[in-house]
Amino acid sequence: MNATQFAAPPRIQHLHMQGIVKRFPGVLAVDNVDFEVKAGEIHALLGENGAGKSTLMKILYGLYQQDEGQVLINGQPTEIRSPSDSIRQGIGMIHQHFMLVPSLTVAANVALGVKSSRGWRLDLDVVSRRLEELSLQYNLKVNPNTPVWQLAVGEQQRVEILRALYKNAALLILDEPTAVLTPQEVDDLFRVLNKMTKDGHALIFISHKLHEVLAISDRVTVLRDGRRVDTIPTEGATKLSLAEMMVGRPVVLEYKKLPLQAASDRLVLQDVSALSDRGDAGLNGVSLSVRGGEIVGLAGVSGNGQRELAEVIAGLRPATSGGILIGGIETRGKSPSVINQLGLGYIPEERMIDGAVKEFTVSENFILQDHGRQPYVRGGIFMKFRTIENACREAIKQYEIKTPGTDTPLKSLSGGNIQKLILARELSRNPKVLVAAQPTRGVDIGATEYIHQRLLAERDQGMAILLISEDLDEIMALSDRVAVMYEGRIVGVVDRDAVTVRQIGAMMAGSSLEMVE
Amino acid sequence: MNEIFTASVFASAIRLATPYIFAGLGETFSQRSGVLNLGVDGIMLMGAFTGFYAVYITENLLIGVLVAMLTGLVMGLAVAFISVTLKAEQGISGIGVYLFGLGLSELLFQKLIGTPKSIVGFTAISIPGLSDIQFLGIGEIFFRHNLLVYVAFALVPISAYVLNRTPLGLMIRAVGQNPQAADAMGINVARVRYFTVTLGGVMSGLAGASLSIALLKVFQQNLTSGMGFIAVALVYFGGWRPFGILAGAMLFSFVNALQLQISGIGVDIPAEFAVMAPYVITIITLIFASKRTEKPTALTKPFERGE
Repeated sequence: MNATQFAAPPRIQHLHMQGIVKRFPGVLAVDNVDFEVKAGEIHALLGENGAGKSTLMKILYGLYQQDEGQVLINGQPTEIRSPSDSIRQGIGMIHQHFMLVPSLTVAANVALGVKSSRGWRLDLDVVSRRLEELSLQYNLKVNPNTPVWQLAVGEQQRVEILRALYKNAALLILDEPTAVLTPQEVDDLFRVLNKMTKDGHALIFISHKLHEVLAISDRVTVLRDGRRVDTIPTEGATKLSLAEMMVGRPVVLEYKKLPLQAASDRLVLQDVSALSDRGDAGLNGVSLSVRGGEIVGLAGVSGNGQRELAEVIAGLRPATSGGILIGGIETRGKSPSVINQLGLGYIPEERMIDGAVKEFTVSENFILQDHGRQPYVRGGIFMKFRTIENACREAIKQYEIKTPGTDTPLKSLSGGNIQKLILARELSRNPKVLVAAQPTRGVDIGATEYIHQRLLAERDQGMAILLISEDLDEIMALSDRVAVMYEGRIVGVVDRDAVTVRQIGAMMAGSSLEMVE
Repeated sequence: MNEIFTASVFASAIRLATPYIFAGLGETFSQRSGVLNLGVDGIMLMGAFTGFYAVYITENLLIGVLVAMLTGLVMGLAVAFISVTLKAEQGISGIGVYLFGLGLSELLFQKLIGTPKSIVGFTAISIPGLSDIQFLGIGEIFFRHNLLVYVAFALVPISAYVLNRTPLGLMIRAVGQNPQAADAMGINVARVRYFTVTLGGVMSGLAGASLSIALLKVFQQNLTSGMGFIAVALVYFGGWRPFGILAGAMLFSFVNALQLQISGIGVDIPAEFAVMAPYVITIITLIFASKRTEKPTALTKPFERGE
């Protein structure tokens, strides 16, 4: 396969996955699913986390082998045993976590696994030239000689798409491609996708965002619990009808919000700066306040300082300058445990790393911070297991956490139930301020709905909530005010009702509030 | 001072660097693909013994070198099987390989040879014209060495070229930095790692032979006395780059040669301190040289698809 052979026309007219079954130990991940896609169409694959979308597509890409069923390409049964097989068949995949080597340049990443036109010597200059042609053709701007680690997330995605085009993928699988993009970048992506289908590519668009599926796809296949619910033309479908197919019961898409009853400031950040993991300026003079009884949504593209901000508030990352007040008390420099006591609840972004211990049981995780405090300990030494057990049971009931028992290892719970447990734990201390980072990421619609209602209820009770989310729909649905972060700064803070999603999108790309207006 | 920094000290530093260069380059390939082989010293010992024994029996140096490389290949395959296929913890299994090589080379030596014997090993080849340059002792320092010294130094730019300028090198680097991405691009991660670890074994075997049939021309118990571990350290010191390894190997062997010279001319420093010096200097430089961008992020992590 040399560079010239990539100019061959797309080879997949029709692809059919027939009766696919995939079992993992203890789970039937994909249960007898039929799925087909044609050249020139965008077929959306819709479903909740764990519905089997990614597994089905990983089978098609050769990362997993199906236990039953077969793949037909242009009517021919085709065995796909590894990614090199699928690439040879003209299948490309844009993974949710980009499959790029950060230390290598764009061109080197594209050349990876492709035969060089110079035999045993690399031909990065040839690759670069072809890449430049492709970026012109599809309007995907990227410099082939930049190391990938220097690129923003949106640019990295462009590299992935260019790489698939370079390899002349006839069928492209896009796994949640919009999750990391601003609304403007989503528009650009959709333009590229539409151009690709006009050129005869077949596209599979995996998503759980209903409005995007409605906007871009020709057909939709909905999966639920590993089974195919139905395949329907997108025309005529609505958000509500798709959501009900996904969840299997009527759902609420919009929340009733009581009018704002904001009190005085409970969380105040004054000119806070901090370093990122890489040692450069992660936070750059951030000032922000959250009042009791309001939700402030913090929007921004991933990696613009949101994680650093949450960690600084929680005391997990030292602030290099500035002041942090919780309920009027300076907390900068205090330990996370003291900050908890002063009234902070914290739902970390990486719940399985920073929020819970997955090998521990449900009840152990429930008292993770409070194991040494009343009422869970006697004489400062002995755990009061009955009390812990009862409190945990109460939380399980109240928060509708689905678990076999309090002594079940946390890792056997679903993402949504783990998140509900963390929420229950953090709210059990009745904090003055709650920092919730990506509270519904990877969480099913049912649990998302619950968590959202709960956050709104706590707001109405007077809690100050800082909601950090990359999901703009979530920000818009819950927030009273929206703050936008870009490159470690707050670009602007606006009232939710005075701003559109597009304006926030522009601010996420670095435009100031004045420029947007 | 002129008594210490003589041309012969520099020349012996270059000779002493040979085994470190062979083993260090081999280990670089292995680590660049994400596999830490801590058993280098054990493979060197086995290569040193089998190469020596082959020369002892056949009196043919080429056979000696080939046998040492073959020994390294077999042991490299074993390391690859343990770390890639069985996904064993690489630090611990490497120590196992070291102890295995240490013990087996000693046992074979006792059973097959018994007492230290001498052989006719590699002799110095003077490069015509160049070896006679008197200026700064250049002729003596660079151009009067045995064949393996020249080979080792030639392998440095070759290794750098392969790593940086060929599709093979690109694959190796990608597999060491992000095996998931390499896998998704259709690269067989296990095959690449088998290749690099086995290559590392071959180079370690050669490193052992360079010691037993070129540099010292003897074999005895624990001939390497930890040189393989220094070679692994030099990979970190050299920032996973062939020329960095060359620099580290030269620094280390120069201090070593200096120490030999100083004790040789009877300067009153306790011998133990002099012997320690190269190791202490290595550790100190390592502390300052540990954070590098070239470090393979997947080093010591077995690859599992679909995570």
